[in-house]
Amino acid sequence: MTEFSQTDARKAQLAKRYRAETRFKAFGIGAICTAGLILLFLMGSILISSLPAFTQHYVTLDIEISERHIDTQNLADSDWRGLARASLRAQFPDVQGRRDKRALGKLLSLGASDDVRDYVLANPSSLGTSVRLPVTFSDDIDLLLKGVIDRELPENERVVSNQDLAWLDQLVAEGRISRKFATKIFTNGDSREPELAGLRGALVGTLWTLLVTLLASFPLGVMAAIYLEEIAPKNRLTRIIEVNINNLAAVPSIVFGLLGLAVFINFFGMPRSAPLVGGLVLALMTLPRIIIPTRAAFAAIPPSIREAAMGVGASRLQVIMHHVLPLAMPGILTGTIIGLAQAAGETAPLLMIGMMAFIVDVPTDVTAKATVLPAQIYMWANNPERAFMARTSAGIVVLLSLLLLVNATAIYFRKRFEKRW
Amino acid sequence: MTRFGLSLSILAMAISIPVHAHARDQIEVVGSSTVFPFATSVAEQFGRMGKFKTPVVEATGSGGGLKLFCSGIGLQHPDVTNASRRIKKKEFDKCQANGIDMTEIVIGFDGIVLANARNGVPLKLTRKQIYLATAKLVPDPNKPCQAAWCAPIANPYKKWSDIDASLPDMKIEILGPPPTSGTRDAFQELAMSKGANSFPHMKALKKTDKSLWKKLTRTIREDGGWIDAGENDNLMVSKLAANSRAVGVFGFSFLDQNAEKIRGAIVEDVVPSFDNIADGKYGISRSLYFYIKQAHVGTVPGILEYVREFTSEDAFGEDGYLLDKGLIPLPRQERLKYRKDGQNLTKLSM
Repeated sequence: MTEFSQTDARKAQLAKRYRAETRFKAFGIGAICTAGLILLFLMGSILISSLPAFTQHYVTLDIEISERHIDTQNLADSDWRGLARASLRAQFPDVQGRRDKRALGKLLSLGASDDVRDYVLANPSSLGTSVRLPVTFSDDIDLLLKGVIDRELPENERVVSNQDLAWLDQLVAEGRISRKFATKIFTNGDSREPELAGLRGALVGTLWTLLVTLLASFPLGVMAAIYLEEIAPKNRLTRIIEVNINNLAAVPSIVFGLLGLAVFINFFGMPRSAPLVGGLVLALMTLPRIIIPTRAAFAAIPPSIREAAMGVGASRLQVIMHHVLPLAMPGILTGTIIGLAQAAGETAPLLMIGMMAFIVDVPTDVTAKATVLPAQIYMWANNPERAFMARTSAGIVVLLSLLLLVNATAIYFRKRFEKRW
Repeated sequence: MTRFGLSLSILAMAISIPVHAHARDQIEVVGSSTVFPFATSVAEQFGRMGKFKTPVVEATGSGGGLKLFCSGIGLQHPDVTNASRRIKKKEFDKCQANGIDMTEIVIGFDGIVLANARNGVPLKLTRKQIYLATAKLVPDPNKPCQAAWCAPIANPYKKWSDIDASLPDMKIEILGPPPTSGTRDAFQELAMSKGANSFPHMKALKKTDKSLWKKLTRTIREDGGWIDAGENDNLMVSKLAANSRAVGVFGFSFLDQNAEKIRGAIVEDVVPSFDNIADGKYGISRSLYFYIKQAHVGTVPGILEYVREFTSEDAFGEDGYLLDKGLIPLPRQERLKYRKDGQNLTKLSM
């Protein structure tokens, strides 16, 4: 009987332990669900608020490409804006007075002139004829058509006047309004007009910067890791170096920016706002993030491989170059790619070296003035125009997609080349 | 060996990237984040004309910009700096010591507004009330000062209605720019100090002990009535829209762009509107500047043309495109003066 009661007590204890385990599991699931929900909410709200930036409204105008506005000898320098505005005014013959005419002209974007010019430059035969061409609307009109600006509000509370609304309604009634995918967000550099602002300059700037980062940090990082892991004797000095590398990984990134400003710009006289300096600063930041996983990758290779190679008479260099390094490559590449992805999302160090700047031209080399995606996003977020809100979110979506792509590549490499022992 | 050779050549490539840039053919502009939207618009328009590269504009703050600007002559230093306040004597002397002669251009005005949510109570304030709501130390309300000097007390006002019965019964909660901001400097100078001067003994103090007067009238309360809200004015607008009791302090252009969410407080019986700021009726407004480094004109191509674009009627005139960005134009006479100064490179002296 004693045995029975003992089992009873045990059963109760066991049930208690199971309950504790179930609770623990539930907490775990709860934590994951909360994190997932927050992530979903964040992504969802960014994606939704970015949607307006990916489309743009156009108004189709009958444009008479005549000598009156255009200097056929000097197409690039002609008054294209005047032509676009005159074509819009032709739709409203009863608009008189300088003020009204100006207000009407402001329905169009400053980029409307580019639409007309690019068309004529691409189709020289259109000179002297009349064409129907969609031209870009200004940001406020675009937002109104998208419903972001509420037309039911009293006039003094919205940026679009009643007059503008009347004109717009007439254009809508005539079926001249169209909505298209906003290619400019990928093909243009930065602009102060939201409808013309694009990410191309920042994307190319990011690529140049990361190229410099890769070229500077990858060879240095891998060489340092090989030496420390495979060749260096384990003594006090190498331990100090090791501790310092781990410390370096935890240094706030702004410190690297200050270092870059003092050393690269002020001492070596490198240009401000250039991907060269940005890339070198980010390389310093990325170095420990390459060295640490590379060393881990080397340490994970079983000593038997080294011993076997040595056994058949390979030199130390041959062991490393022919056997250990190729086997460690997936780990090294994963570390490097994740390090670069982190560098791609960095803004603080770039603030100090002038890469947070308004730059319209797309950079052509590593010494040209450039900005990077996160810096571009930050600058858009600070602009007063309403349409930049959507542009900001769109920039975030592009940056996130880029990072996702990079991380997916890292996973691919790991899966593709990974060897198990 | 080939792999080794490849990695060597990659290394060599990395090292051989040209370090010293060729002569600069692009104007570099630094300075105030308040002037930034205007300078960038002009830079873009200037680049669009196609004769010169688009200038690079960096927002470093007025003080940071002048520091970079005054650090020397040479292509590694900027050519133009923007400022939301006038250059200080100290900065000017430093510039002179480095051999820099400059030209000063005033581009227009910027109003500083106090605004709250549209669904909140409309505010009608005087500068005196603004001072009492924001200063750390204020004159004691229970003992009106009869003598030449009375010691101030810690700000006792928790609600707007404590300051004046006509104001709403609402906790004082002001979101304002942080200490690095030129907007904050201007707010302290134009709203707080002037408001403090409505007390005779404070006004007298300005003559007897100016540094104490500055300290007393320009120190912002730290007991929670004023909250530093960061440099991002868009964020502030959405905070105001979400909290109808909060009052924000920022530049007029953000009020202009967000008129459906927020309403500007009436200050000294004047509505913060475009016309009132342009006419100088609205009290809390300041001038915006930029400075040209004379030694760089001719070395860096396009500086004079950039200045001409900035000071053209098309840009900073009464119908110019900078108006759409929130700039408030100068009177005609002054516009003519600065256009001439810009082209003749009139030297600034202090």
